Amino acid sequence: MAKQTLDQKLAILSDAAKYDASCASSGSTKRHSRDGKGLGSNEGSGICHAYAPDGRCISLLKILMTNFCIYDCSYCINRVSSNVPRARFSVDEVVRLTIEFYRRNYIEGLFLSSGVIRSPDATMSDMVQIARKLRHEENFRGYIHLKTIPDASPELIEEAGRLADRLSINVELPTDAAVKQYAPEKKPEQIRRAMANVCIAKDASGEKTHTGKRPPRFAPAGQSTQMIIGADGSNDATVLGQSTRLYSSYKLKRVYYSAFSPIPDSSAKLPLIRPPLQREHRLYQADWLLRFYDFQLDEITSVTRDGNLDLEIDPKLAWALAHRAVFPLDVNRASREMLLRVPGFGVKTVNRILTTRRHRALRYEDLMRMGALMKKARAFITAGGWTPGGLTDSADLRARFAPPPEQLTLF
Amino acid sequence: MHRVSLPPVGTAKAWREAARGFLAARVPPEQIIWGDHAAAPDLFGDASLPPAGGPVSVPRSFVTMAETVVWHSDPERFSRLYAFLWRLKDAPHLMTDRGDGDLAHLRQMEKNVRRCQHKMKAFVRFREIGAPDAPRRSFAAWFEPSHHTVEPTSDFFVRRFSDMDWRILTPDVSAIFEQGKLSFQEGHTKPDLPEDAGEALWITYFQNIFNPARLMVKAMQSEMPKKYWKNMPEAAFIPQMIADAPARARAMAEAAPTLPPARMAQVQAQLASHASAWDGPAEDLPKAIRACTRCPLHCHATQAVPGEGPAKADLMVVGEQPGDMEDLTGRPFVGPAGQMFDSIAAEVGLNRKAAYVTNAVKHFKFTPRGKRRIHQRPETSEIKHCRWWLDAEIAQVRPRLILAMGATAAQSLTGDGTRILARRGTVETLPDGLPVLITLHPSYLLRVPDPAVRDRATAQFRQDLLTAAGMIAQHASCSREDMPH
Repeated sequence: MAKQTLDQKLAILSDAAKYDASCASSGSTKRHSRDGKGLGSNEGSGICHAYAPDGRCISLLKILMTNFCIYDCSYCINRVSSNVPRARFSVDEVVRLTIEFYRRNYIEGLFLSSGVIRSPDATMSDMVQIARKLRHEENFRGYIHLKTIPDASPELIEEAGRLADRLSINVELPTDAAVKQYAPEKKPEQIRRAMANVCIAKDASGEKTHTGKRPPRFAPAGQSTQMIIGADGSNDATVLGQSTRLYSSYKLKRVYYSAFSPIPDSSAKLPLIRPPLQREHRLYQADWLLRFYDFQLDEITSVTRDGNLDLEIDPKLAWALAHRAVFPLDVNRASREMLLRVPGFGVKTVNRILTTRRHRALRYEDLMRMGALMKKARAFITAGGWTPGGLTDSADLRARFAPPPEQLTLF
Repeated sequence: MHRVSLPPVGTAKAWREAARGFLAARVPPEQIIWGDHAAAPDLFGDASLPPAGGPVSVPRSFVTMAETVVWHSDPERFSRLYAFLWRLKDAPHLMTDRGDGDLAHLRQMEKNVRRCQHKMKAFVRFREIGAPDAPRRSFAAWFEPSHHTVEPTSDFFVRRFSDMDWRILTPDVSAIFEQGKLSFQEGHTKPDLPEDAGEALWITYFQNIFNPARLMVKAMQSEMPKKYWKNMPEAAFIPQMIADAPARARAMAEAAPTLPPARMAQVQAQLASHASAWDGPAEDLPKAIRACTRCPLHCHATQAVPGEGPAKADLMVVGEQPGDMEDLTGRPFVGPAGQMFDSIAAEVGLNRKAAYVTNAVKHFKFTPRGKRRIHQRPETSEIKHCRWWLDAEIAQVRPRLILAMGATAAQSLTGDGTRILARRGTVETLPDGLPVLITLHPSYLLRVPDPAVRDRATAQFRQDLLTAAGMIAQHASCSREDMPH
């Protein structure tokens, strides 16, 4: 086989990495290189340097170190039984690509993942070596996200955490049974232990020692994980149940939902379908309600049929339509908790309502200026100069938001 | 009539000083004509600034907003800011009134500028203009912002790229950073920047990170509007990528599954030799416990927590189930209840290190509540499933006494988990003759709200540990007497 060029390797190893949804570069410590002795900065909030036509943000150089893999996970393009072309970057090639892309302002940093080669420890130690070289030899101060290999040794995870901004381990599928079926070599309990270890190490790095010294920072942007949606038969209640447990158990920053997407040279075990993008979108909305709007899991899943979210309307609207008795709310009196439940009001809008109504009563036009989506919200609120009348309880309220029914084609 | 013309570089500072002067001199907005350097000289204006008056104070939040809004491309920006400032001097609370029309307009302008700044940080593309092996590398970019965003955004590039020279040239104001010094110049035309080898690699990356099976062109364009495309090397390839996507996705779906490559068998044999350490032989008890899936609790807990202590111990202490800390660390009795047990055991001279400590149920049962986990009592079926492991531990450790702490431990060992307060301090005997001393669970001591009740319970718990220590000591002396002289 002819020796692959850097360009060929990059094509293979970025193609292999694109099924990981995460590309965030936010939430880490602020740092800069104003001193002229290093390269890069981190602003706290992330930057998307480009968007691909799949609508996904390109913030990091997201590549695999190698797509050789000894595992055989049915949903994965890199599984051992697939015939995709294989490649492997050297440590220096990854370092060079990261630095050169960064200097041209293409990226915020590196998101490095890998197929498992030889043994978990050998793979992880190569990844750690790349991060070490970037940080210590190139004085790179941009963002580094390392995917950890679940059964790598704790010392390697420890070092990875000191070098990287974020660590992640994918739970892959919503239930243990599905993981056993589709990723036979992966052990769900082992993935959870690895997440627990990262969580403990991160907690420990926040505590001062008895001498008052702060231990080195550990993955300041936290850990995240990804679940593939639509490959197995789990419903949304199962998926969201799994993520609430993950958030509460391991203090995850994010659970990413990735609609199962056709891959080249797919396995016979998983039928190829159009990726359920709308379902993915609704899961993210529900995830947000759980984390920032004080919704409980059963509130979201109890208003849906068969434990799946309504694909036609968003979960907050679905909840409001099922609980019309609490509406309309008076925006001049309602509590913060209740205002957050109004469809069309976001956290920012609610904060603006609360500050402004200290001075004066709010009118309908005020709400529009505050960024509320009045088309949705107006059926659920009263304000100065506005009352929804019979709209709140009207039978066709749902139909005003849902897309019009599609007629089946005759043939 | 006053006329002010603000310079293109340092606009924010110049506006602030002028506005401060006018406000101090109580000049109303309708008597000022604001213009930037591009504005035509006004026939009726008086170019002189009013004499500076006394100090003026405005809310900090206005200053922050104004420092962004002055960079907007709207020629009215200065007069809008001053008009609002004029209203603000008598009603400072206006800054928090998000329903106010003037403020809403300014906030919208602020948002536009911030977005333009953000897009500049994202979409500026440097090309190398110096030698790649030079000690200090040199890059340049051509960019066309919608607002006057170069000056306020340049510090971002200084923070990020201080170890190289760079210049961002625009038709408006250009930023030049050389040898650690930042300067601004006006009016550049589009330069011919040399070809850059890094660009070809970037385009390869852009084309390959794209997933043709999930085409969402609208989502891309709302975040990366077409007006930026002409200065982004990768954007030229977008139309072709979109055009090819449906066929590529269809081809993936239609392709028949292939046979696995020949090396698969070899790889899987290799994999077997690296089998996970946690899947040890079944006779290795802690490992077997960790791999337990006998009841559904294993699905949500991190790990099963086996007992800990000497392989042979006189005393076995049985608690309820691992808590949050135990679940995360994989070790029993390390959480608050475990520490409570340790401290009281130390008081009565009970050596915890010499005892084997374990739980009736090996997995943590909980309900998630935000970022916390709330302990839940195990059900009878779960206790029964886990009795399998407790029996295995008892068979291995062969204790002389078991201390059952709390209802779950009592239920697991004796089959009865009721009336613990009445039964505590008493010894019950298992069918095989092994004595079980019933006591309270230390977490009860932590949870009970009434201080008087808590003190009584703590005293009772201490008394029971003392009893256990006494019974162990008695056993020990008996066995010494048994020893041949």
